[in-house]
Amino acid sequence: MAKQLIKGNEAVVKGAILAGCRYYFGYPITPASEIAEAAAFYMPRVGGTFLQAESEIASINMVYGAASGGVRAMTASSSPGISLKQEGISYAAGSELPLVIVDISRGGPGLGNIAPEQSDYNQIVKGGGHGNYKLIVLAPNSAQEMCDLTMLAFELADKYRNPVCVLADGFIGQMMEPVEFPKPVTELEDKPWAVHADAEDENKLISSIELEPERLEAHNRKLQQKYAEIQQAEIRSEAYLTDDAEIVLMGYGVVSRILQSAVDQLREEGYRVGLFRPITLWPFPDPQIKRLADRAKKFLVVEMSNGQMVEDVRLVIQGRIPVHFYNRMGGMAPSPEEIREQVIKLFEA
Amino acid sequence: MGVEKGLQVPKVVIREDECKGCGLCIQACPENVLFVQKHFNRMGYHPAGYQGEGCIGCGFCFYQCPEPGAITVYKKGYVGEEVEA
Amino acid sequence: MAEKVLRKAESFYPLYERKGGAAPDVTHYCPGCGHGVLHKLIAEAIDDFGIRERTILISPVGCSVFAYYYFRVGNIQAPHGRAPAVATGIKRVYPESIVISYQGDGDLAAIGGNNILQAANRGEKISVFFVNNAIYGMTGGQMAPTTLIGQKTTTSPLGRRASNEGYPMRMSELIATLEAPIYVERVALTDAKNTTKVRRAVRKALKNQIENKGFSFVEVLSICPSGWKMEPTQAKEWLTQEMMRIFPLGVYKDRSDEIEEAGVQPTVFSAQDLQDSLNLPETDSASAKREPKTGVPEKYRNPRLKIAGFGGQGVLILGVGIAQAGMDDGYHVSWLPSYGPEMRGGTANCSVNLSSRIIGSPLVTQPTVLVAMNLPSLEKFEKDVAPGGLILTDSSLVDRAPSRTDIEHLGVPATKLADELGNTRVANLVMLGAYIAYTGVLDKDVVHSSLPRFIKRKALIDLNKQAIQKGMEFVSHQVKA
Repeated sequence: MAKQLIKGNEAVVKGAILAGCRYYFGYPITPASEIAEAAAFYMPRVGGTFLQAESEIASINMVYGAASGGVRAMTASSSPGISLKQEGISYAAGSELPLVIVDISRGGPGLGNIAPEQSDYNQIVKGGGHGNYKLIVLAPNSAQEMCDLTMLAFELADKYRNPVCVLADGFIGQMMEPVEFPKPVTELEDKPWAVHADAEDENKLISSIELEPERLEAHNRKLQQKYAEIQQAEIRSEAYLTDDAEIVLMGYGVVSRILQSAVDQLREEGYRVGLFRPITLWPFPDPQIKRLADRAKKFLVVEMSNGQMVEDVRLVIQGRIPVHFYNRMGGMAPSPEEIREQVIKLFEA
Repeated sequence: MGVEKGLQVPKVVIREDECKGCGLCIQACPENVLFVQKHFNRMGYHPAGYQGEGCIGCGFCFYQCPEPGAITVYKKGYVGEEVEA
Repeated sequence: MAEKVLRKAESFYPLYERKGGAAPDVTHYCPGCGHGVLHKLIAEAIDDFGIRERTILISPVGCSVFAYYYFRVGNIQAPHGRAPAVATGIKRVYPESIVISYQGDGDLAAIGGNNILQAANRGEKISVFFVNNAIYGMTGGQMAPTTLIGQKTTTSPLGRRASNEGYPMRMSELIATLEAPIYVERVALTDAKNTTKVRRAVRKALKNQIENKGFSFVEVLSICPSGWKMEPTQAKEWLTQEMMRIFPLGVYKDRSDEIEEAGVQPTVFSAQDLQDSLNLPETDSASAKREPKTGVPEKYRNPRLKIAGFGGQGVLILGVGIAQAGMDDGYHVSWLPSYGPEMRGGTANCSVNLSSRIIGSPLVTQPTVLVAMNLPSLEKFEKDVAPGGLILTDSSLVDRAPSRTDIEHLGVPATKLADELGNTRVANLVMLGAYIAYTGVLDKDVVHSSLPRFIKRKALIDLNKQAIQKGMEFVSHQVKA
């Protein structure tokens, strides 16, 4: 199919509709508002529902209600708005509801600013709500992936009955790139657990409450088992020129694109440097990173945050090789030239 | 018109094991035919009881009772199965 | 059609298996609790209307958190206060369902205050049953938003004081002020007479939904003997004497009869027209699998552009145009607008990459081409330009040349040339014409065919073509000169 030059945020909505999503509940916030606007435009055209809720809290709960009915439903927001949704996300994880949340993250803490940052890693990957739960987290780095990973998000959500977050940043959301749209998903699997407003409903209950400690423990054990299966089956990552790399750069989202430019430049200058990019931030690509550490001498993790993913990298590496860290914050992005300097320093150190 | 069918005298049946002894049915009964029993039920409440006669089938007790299954009221003319007390 | 028997409704589970424990045949409610009575009236109505199979009940947080133990319907348990939002979600999915939001006073009037008002204001076609017992029962008798002045609770041990905690919230009165709700009534579970009114209100709220009419709200004053530390009979007395004085019973709004009974439109998804509905590109579009233009001079190949100017000069559109034409010519492209701190203050800029290779960073930090549509943009970005790079300035507005000597400069009087066309707002396309003519990166034909994809108003296409022509002609005169 031919390509279309389109904003990442709009690609999310087209991808969602192609994935069979017909319910969007949201609340405007920069830099995610184009998602709500595109949903407001396209959902009615395909017989779907767009509703601007009174708050982020209401919108995640509307998605909770719709997902209880077994349909593909979603919401999107940006960092402070996601903080507000966390209660509902925890309930959805506990109730094992498949739903999709898109986070176009921005600068924090507090009101911060509307510029891109990656400081939502902890609140998304570590579970910003209460309880023993995990979200599947997908981190696109292009407009194409905003479409593709949104579609994948719905598939994984249904497959595992779990909320899935597409975690991007303001750059990826605002950027226009050519996107080739996949074929629409036409067959959705039946969800026998869902409430359908029919005679079977008396046997259905969507709930996260388990009053008896034994039963809640069993429920949590079951969830952990599910998460273990996801860790086995769903890791996604990309490696670029890592085979002979002495220094491996690591970053996700827009940072991985910047690192790629730096790697290209450094390779031209003869430096043996490569790039590793997690696509799933949870499940985190532990085995892939371990294998890289067998060959590489140093890692350099780059984030547009105070250093959140780097902690996970260090947990995997367990001190076997040095894990260096470089960051920018507040909406500042590192330039390829800046990264190049850092890498050369590491080679010279 | 044939012979009047069904139950000739209204009655109330109280499932003692579902009664929490709140007394609201007794207060509501216009005929004063319900009373607090002396013995305890399985939950340790003094259950409400029916004197055995005098029920007019008004249903006031039924609509005051918070327990869905504790009180059943059969009105005059009722035909069908009846619950166990 | 009076029933000859009053007994446990079919809409209750015969045995409360979800509750389990030692007595799975009785509710978890305290002796005398109003919840049980309201449950019975709702279940009876569901039976009588024959709607059990399509009823979905939203259980709140509070004493009725376990309503799903009892109601033999579809059950969804919601976060504290969010039942109206959850109800909205499921009702939008199944418009033919009967959705009940069952809530207590803390849930509805405190933590979920906005959710209920907004659902009411949207006129969600749901039935809300609001149990007001002036206290938090589940958590052990704390103050509720509806606790009376002077009423002692565990968190108002000296009695509620208006000076500290404000006044009891009158939710029925509040909701009745909204346009959308069709039925709002406050009733009380006290004596037989008032209980009959509760029964009638419950049925009306459900009937309104069955007839697809609108939002119905029934506030039910109810006793909490445990929380109030009273005997149930004494509690009824207090409800009648004290609560009903602050919360007067009555119909606060009723438009049920004015609204026509409406059928429910089943949701239909049109899957076959997605291509059209989503404005997806045609499969046989000319852009598929083209190779970028060849013969572009080395220094202009695979440009990284920074395009900057005042907001309103169309710099973002200029960038989109170059990216769109680049894509249509077979390049890998990216376009990234400035947004955030730097766009405040009335300036705008964007980063555009055109490359025969996959694009790494979409951010242009070292442009090979700078288009400066005003002086501040030149001042801001001149230093970033890669050595040997090209700077284009709108010489109508930028009265100086770049100070750097290791770059190439072309001044284009874009605004002046656009003005000659009668519209200064096409200065951006004049600049586009000058850029492609000067560098040869893109052909005019490609840009022309791309125009409709980034200029949404068809009426402006011709004007934009003229602007491109102006820019191109300017360059050819320059080169000759």
